[in-house]
Amino acid sequence: MTMGQAPPAVTTSHAAAPGGSVVWRRRRASIKRTWLELWAQPQGKAGVIVLGLAILVAIFAPVILGQGVLSIVHAPGRQFEPPSLTYPLGTDEYGRSVLDLLAWGSRTSLLVGFCAAIIAMVIGTVVGVVSGHYGGWVDTIAMRFDDWMLVIPFLPLVIVLNVLLGRGVDKTILVLGITSWPGTARILRAQVLSVKARPYMERARALGASNRHQMVKHTLPNIMPLVLANTTITIAGAILSESTLSFLGLGDPSLTAASWGTMLDGAFSEGAVSRGAWGYLLAPGIAIVLVVLAFTWCGNALEKVLNPRLQQE
Amino acid sequence: MTATTVDSPSPEARTASGGGRDNRIRRKLRVPMLIGRRLVGALISLLTVLVFNFFLFNVLSSDPIKALVRNRHLDAAAQAHLRHEFGYDQSLWRQFVAYMQQLLLHHNLGISTTYTQPVWSVISTRIWPTVLLVGVSTLLSSLIGTWIGIKGAWERNGRFDKISNGVSVTLYSMPEFWLGIVLLLFLAGNQVGLGVFPLGGMNDVDVDVSSPSGWVNVAWHLTLPCLTLTLAYLAQYSLVMRSSMLDEMGQDYVRTARAKGLRDLAVRRSHVVPNALLPAVTQIFLYFGFVISGALTVEYVFSWPGLGLLTEDAISGADFPLLRGLFLLFTASVIVCNLLADVMLGVLDPRVREL
Amino acid sequence: MTLLEIKNLSVTYATEQGPVPAVRGVDLAVDAGQTLGVAGESGCGKSTLVAAALRLLPRSAAVTGEVLLDGRNVLAMNWGELRAVRWAQASIVFQGAMSSLNPVQKVSKQIAEPILLHEKVSERAARTRVGELLEQVGIAPSRMDQFPHQFSGGQKQRIMIAMALACRPKLILADEPTTALDVMVQAQVLTLLADLVRDMRLGMILITHDLSVLAQTCDRAAIMYAGKVVENGPTSEVFGAPSHPYAQALAGAFPRIGDQSSRYAPRGLGGDPPHPADLPSGCAFHPRCPVARDECRTVDVKLRPAGVDHSAACVLVRDELPSGEGVPA
Repeated sequence: MTMGQAPPAVTTSHAAAPGGSVVWRRRRASIKRTWLELWAQPQGKAGVIVLGLAILVAIFAPVILGQGVLSIVHAPGRQFEPPSLTYPLGTDEYGRSVLDLLAWGSRTSLLVGFCAAIIAMVIGTVVGVVSGHYGGWVDTIAMRFDDWMLVIPFLPLVIVLNVLLGRGVDKTILVLGITSWPGTARILRAQVLSVKARPYMERARALGASNRHQMVKHTLPNIMPLVLANTTITIAGAILSESTLSFLGLGDPSLTAASWGTMLDGAFSEGAVSRGAWGYLLAPGIAIVLVVLAFTWCGNALEKVLNPRLQQE
Repeated sequence: MTATTVDSPSPEARTASGGGRDNRIRRKLRVPMLIGRRLVGALISLLTVLVFNFFLFNVLSSDPIKALVRNRHLDAAAQAHLRHEFGYDQSLWRQFVAYMQQLLLHHNLGISTTYTQPVWSVISTRIWPTVLLVGVSTLLSSLIGTWIGIKGAWERNGRFDKISNGVSVTLYSMPEFWLGIVLLLFLAGNQVGLGVFPLGGMNDVDVDVSSPSGWVNVAWHLTLPCLTLTLAYLAQYSLVMRSSMLDEMGQDYVRTARAKGLRDLAVRRSHVVPNALLPAVTQIFLYFGFVISGALTVEYVFSWPGLGLLTEDAISGADFPLLRGLFLLFTASVIVCNLLADVMLGVLDPRVREL
Repeated sequence: MTLLEIKNLSVTYATEQGPVPAVRGVDLAVDAGQTLGVAGESGCGKSTLVAAALRLLPRSAAVTGEVLLDGRNVLAMNWGELRAVRWAQASIVFQGAMSSLNPVQKVSKQIAEPILLHEKVSERAARTRVGELLEQVGIAPSRMDQFPHQFSGGQKQRIMIAMALACRPKLILADEPTTALDVMVQAQVLTLLADLVRDMRLGMILITHDLSVLAQTCDRAAIMYAGKVVENGPTSEVFGAPSHPYAQALAGAFPRIGDQSSRYAPRGLGGDPPHPADLPSGCAFHPRCPVARDECRTVDVKLRPAGVDHSAACVLVRDELPSGEGVPA
């Protein structure tokens, strides 16, 4: 069972309004239970806390810090200062405080990560569900294509696409999204196949449910938990990929605030290593590691909660 | 004293024992047939990639010349001349035919715009540093990673296991290039670090690379980039080996081995590890695509004069023929590695040989 | 001559839900040239019993009592002595030979392994012995360099038996050696085992849930229920004139050939065997027992004599022995 102890969402979906709300009540209860179990796991707790902090910083950075700290012209400090009381993480090549840049950079890094992962998950879910549900040649073609996409090395493909399509955060999101879905599609398809074999699906088919109805009302809710767990891991991967792309110089120069990867690009190409600007060099990297770890922890904890078998390992 | 009769009369034995010349011939052909089938699959993949490559570089960016001249000033006539020289003024179909012809018949990958030399010769001068870096780091990370996985799984949830898992997950969450920067900062840099290793490059300028002292110099330069890649991919191999070990440890034949009176370590060495290695070995090959990706960024960080740095140059110089050739090479090597993975499994696993 | 004597063996697993007793104070004995069958429903502890005898259980299992192999207590041995005992004195034929053989090792290597380990012989000598063993169990020695997957289920089981004989042990513990085999192969394997016991004067414990197998091949039978032995005696008596209600129900489950009325007699036993973690108080059988009395709910009965070399753990059996003795001579 994928959704904790919740029964399959088939029995009341045809009932009148009061029956429909039973489904939602069950789902809400199940979500609450899942959340509590997630919180009970040390990995889950740590992940949620770190992510919460990161998201808060991303949302409130402009409000608390203001855009002034990003100004190159009016930079307060000297170039590449090591960490001190005034500048807890030191300064960048223009003299701006790295701590402020880090807070601002969270917006870009997290946003790109989220959006790219959403695109990948949508494509991956559609492909996985349709392919698993219909089977036959649809499935064969889709999986062959999936295999083929997995053969092409990820970074070279992403770099090439970025070069060809031009720089820009929207293009980066698009490129990352369309290259990250194959793995997800495979995992979801496997789950769809196992769901398809369950008795209530047979019942739905016997009752005359259309393909669309089966997929949307039955299959999808039952694989949603897996989709969720997979999304967190995809976001982690997207953040890493975005940082690599930006570091290689393919980031978006027109953005208000540079992402963490772009910060590292700036640091490295301006010679921060030989200048010993360790705050500037370490901070964005540590931020990336923490956020990626947090997503990974959440994803692992979610998987454990939703797949009780793993808990006994 | 014999109990029952020898079982050649029974039907099950006749098929299972494989009596007869036909069966023997069929069995001898199995492995080559296995390889043959996979080879055909790989060739089809390769062909598809060739077409895809064309699609990327000739279709997606319909006017590469524009990208090329982004940072330079060339008037329309000069642009038109370039376009003609590189064949971009012809119809897409003609371009495709010319591309396939050149590629398959003449082994010609085009001319690099930045180096004004055939792409192939540019690549071949820069390929060996990458082979060295990737080869050594893959060897190290697979050996060490496998050992960590074995030990961690055997003393499951013990201290070693917990620590190595934690370290693995952390390394996994790190961008490889950043790991390289950290190593540079603390081991090569003088300001905050020990200054023990060089800041980049493959060898000092005045050193003769072919002499033994030259090799030492290269090895010294190789240390940090190799360490970066090794650490970055250690986690992958150890995780696969660990999970494979755990799968095998739960099998019944392990209990049989123990019941025979074997020491714990002997059980591990003779029974569990050989079985657990099968998926781990194939994983080494299957992971190659990621190793290439990592090498790209690490070479950039350490100015290691290999294909990674070349790619970076091609990007900043908008050198499309070179990029196209490099992309083809990377993809083709991943296809070859996947093929090798399949073949390895067929060769190592006696059960697969029968399929 | 008593080969194996198990005294008051108890095995308790430590689980997240608390300690679970799988075996509760079992007494058994096997002589040379004798086959003891241990029967019971799934979960009654018979496989655990056998694994515990050679200390093959995971560390989470707490084992108490004595297992006297030729007078020496296996449970008290140090690792070196234990490893020497394993296979050379007592070997196990495991259930499900399908997965009990290493799939990537040649059969010859697997059979030779314990020989090379326990005896100081050359590899060639070991290989010769492997050939002899295979021939003994009816498998062509020319096939010894093949892999397990190239053999059928019955052949794999016979390979396991050959392997179990490799170091000429005195005792063989056979855990459901014929489960998952078809009837013809089952007959072959059982005949083989019986011949080996007779010819080599081995002692054998045969675990099975199939009573017809037990009745066919074993001299003595022990019926287990919920981790305890509830009846122990010569097979003919245990099935012919069982004393314990459970054994009576088991024996009664077989219709008697020639006796038409037995086909219509009520058979079988309602209910399920209890989960080891949730045992009933007193006699574990009392919820399902057709003749249970009030005292059965509180008193957990030890084995009492119910005939010559025959004992049963039921209050209905008269003549309680002086306390401390429950093992048939």
